[in-house]
Amino acid sequence: MLSGRTAIAGIGATEFSKKSGRSELRLAAEAVLSALDDAGLSPADVDGMVTYSQDSNQEIAVARETGIGDLTFFSRVEYGGGAACGTVAHAAMAVATGMARNVVCYRAFNERSGRRFGQPNSRLTGEPTSQGLEMSWHVPFGLMTPAAWVAMFARRYMHRYNATSEDFGRVAVAMRRHAATNPAAWFHQRPITLEEHQASRWIVEPLHLLDCCQESDGAVALVVTSAERARDLRRSPAVITAAAQGSGAGQMMMTSYYRDDMSGLPEMSLVGRQLWEMSGLSPRDIQTAILYDHFTPFVLAQLEELGFCGRGEAPELLKDGGIELDGRLPVNPHGGQLGEAYIHGMNGIAEAVRQIRGTAANQLPAVAHVLVTAGTGVPTSGLILSAG
Amino acid sequence: MTGDPMTDGPMTDGPMTDEELHELADKQAALGEVRGVPAPDPVNIPMIRHWLAAMGDQNPAYLDKGVAPPAMAQVWTMQGPRATAKDRSPVDDMMAALNAGGYTGVVATNCEQTYHRYARLGERLTPATRFSGLAGPKRTALGVGFFATWNVTWYAEDDEPVAEMLFRVLKFRPPARKTTKDPYPLQPAINQDTAFFWEGVKEGELRIQSCADCGLLRHPPGPLCPHCRSTGRSHTVVSGRGTLYSYVVHHHPPVPGRETPFVVGVVELPEGVRIVGNVVDCPPEEVRIGMSLRVTYRRMDDELVLPMWTPGEP
Repeated sequence: MLSGRTAIAGIGATEFSKKSGRSELRLAAEAVLSALDDAGLSPADVDGMVTYSQDSNQEIAVARETGIGDLTFFSRVEYGGGAACGTVAHAAMAVATGMARNVVCYRAFNERSGRRFGQPNSRLTGEPTSQGLEMSWHVPFGLMTPAAWVAMFARRYMHRYNATSEDFGRVAVAMRRHAATNPAAWFHQRPITLEEHQASRWIVEPLHLLDCCQESDGAVALVVTSAERARDLRRSPAVITAAAQGSGAGQMMMTSYYRDDMSGLPEMSLVGRQLWEMSGLSPRDIQTAILYDHFTPFVLAQLEELGFCGRGEAPELLKDGGIELDGRLPVNPHGGQLGEAYIHGMNGIAEAVRQIRGTAANQLPAVAHVLVTAGTGVPTSGLILSAG
Repeated sequence: MTGDPMTDGPMTDGPMTDEELHELADKQAALGEVRGVPAPDPVNIPMIRHWLAAMGDQNPAYLDKGVAPPAMAQVWTMQGPRATAKDRSPVDDMMAALNAGGYTGVVATNCEQTYHRYARLGERLTPATRFSGLAGPKRTALGVGFFATWNVTWYAEDDEPVAEMLFRVLKFRPPARKTTKDPYPLQPAINQDTAFFWEGVKEGELRIQSCADCGLLRHPPGPLCPHCRSTGRSHTVVSGRGTLYSYVVHHHPPVPGRETPFVVGVVELPEGVRIVGNVVDCPPEEVRIGMSLRVTYRRMDDELVLPMWTPGEP
């Protein structure tokens, strides 16, 4: 079994900005070196690397820049931000099976100053690949931005559970509140009110501007090694108690409109079931959850799919600051992607490690277990990290 | 965009073949010279004066002698823009048939006039037209066309011919314009597993894949039946009715080929599958989950037709 055998021993990041002024490869190299320094390891100790299939920096290029030598394990994880926790899962498997000793996971991009994921891209249907064909049932109708794909689910969720735009807005308000006291966050000291959320312009109804996460330049890297070795390194380890990937029946990339009732995230339910089973834990054992928040509505669906509340009950959980720092389940103490930065979920894993270490800007008391999720609406992944 | 992408509407009379055009030409020529309506006004000083001024002709002889310049022959019997009495001639049916055949372009190629005598002040002229021949089809720089020739003779009240004219035009088929619309920027990728759907919408059919073995309907389509593994594929033309299952109103950012705001919906078909398409002919604020829809087809460019959804009875 994988549980408890590996740990995250180092985290590193660049600053989060709208215009890094540096190449994506340089961002990747900076984050990787920062994570190795944090762990107290040298580039020569690294023998494995994992990143997202969407990352533009090949493992071998990052290795060359950082002085990493022989690699015995390298892997990529598919499906956009759904890859985030998957990179750690792959690294943990490699370490647990002896394929590698020290694996670096990284994500680096200039997503604001370079290619912006939120902009329409008519090349999505350029070739009759399986993905090009899948997109071809949607893109010709102008349904071609992540906000629009998610909005389709959000509208159905609202219909099914009588949820409102204010319910979504409470997620944005909580994230901006958390970011306001996190110096690394882009929206540091810039909280918002629910009224401001409601007044923000439509992007794709039912999503307002403030339902959508920001766009960022930056990089985050993590070092995965054995739990045993991690205990001898500079930092206290964040033990990987559970790691899982999930893709559901009838799964598509952001447009799984042809299955079930469209008001949930079956792939996240699958990830959650594995996490609980592998860890032996339950939702009440989790002190804080890092939930992927590229768009607010899927935070509600995740709370339900992971068992933090019943189906249709997320709006109730969100009321009275339920996911804020002093709430029933603090979510994204760093401010999430809505507040801190959009680094495709990798910055959320780093925050989970800080919460375990006790070094977070918005540190919660007595954190033993943190649940982390990756991209929603796509095949996804998740982790439970623990102290020890 | 119009409701029917398939045709520009049926023709009431089909275009004639080349052979039929020549038969008509022979028939019109056989009519011989056909008298037209007499000029509305007699040859008069004001018209002559205007004409001379317009032409810059300063010869005083015409007005001094009370005669019209011979080149004015056509002027006396030319129909005004608000002519009520249609002056039929054997040329009219020929021109109509050529137009119907797509030879809508026209350019005059020959005009030869013969003058027998001066027309005098006070004379009222009457034209007579004889259709004299059709040649073609011929390939020309302007396009394929027919040369049509006719003769007009102007008679005075004493039946004396005053002037004659041979007139020839090229009636040609204008080259087809390459595109009637700019190519739509959001093209679907299509392969052998999905082509039937896109061919269907071009023909005004909403085709949903059905398994030839177990009958399972499936959308979006694929190469195998996920239920029974059959590669035997067929399709059903569905009713085109649906119910809105979910929808979005897109405002931002701008989308190529689209004007915002626009509505995209997931439509549930009574046949049991869902399909994505635009909801049109309905203000975005009136769109509701559960509303009844029916399919409509919109031509996006010369090649692409998209199925869309318009409010309809259940």
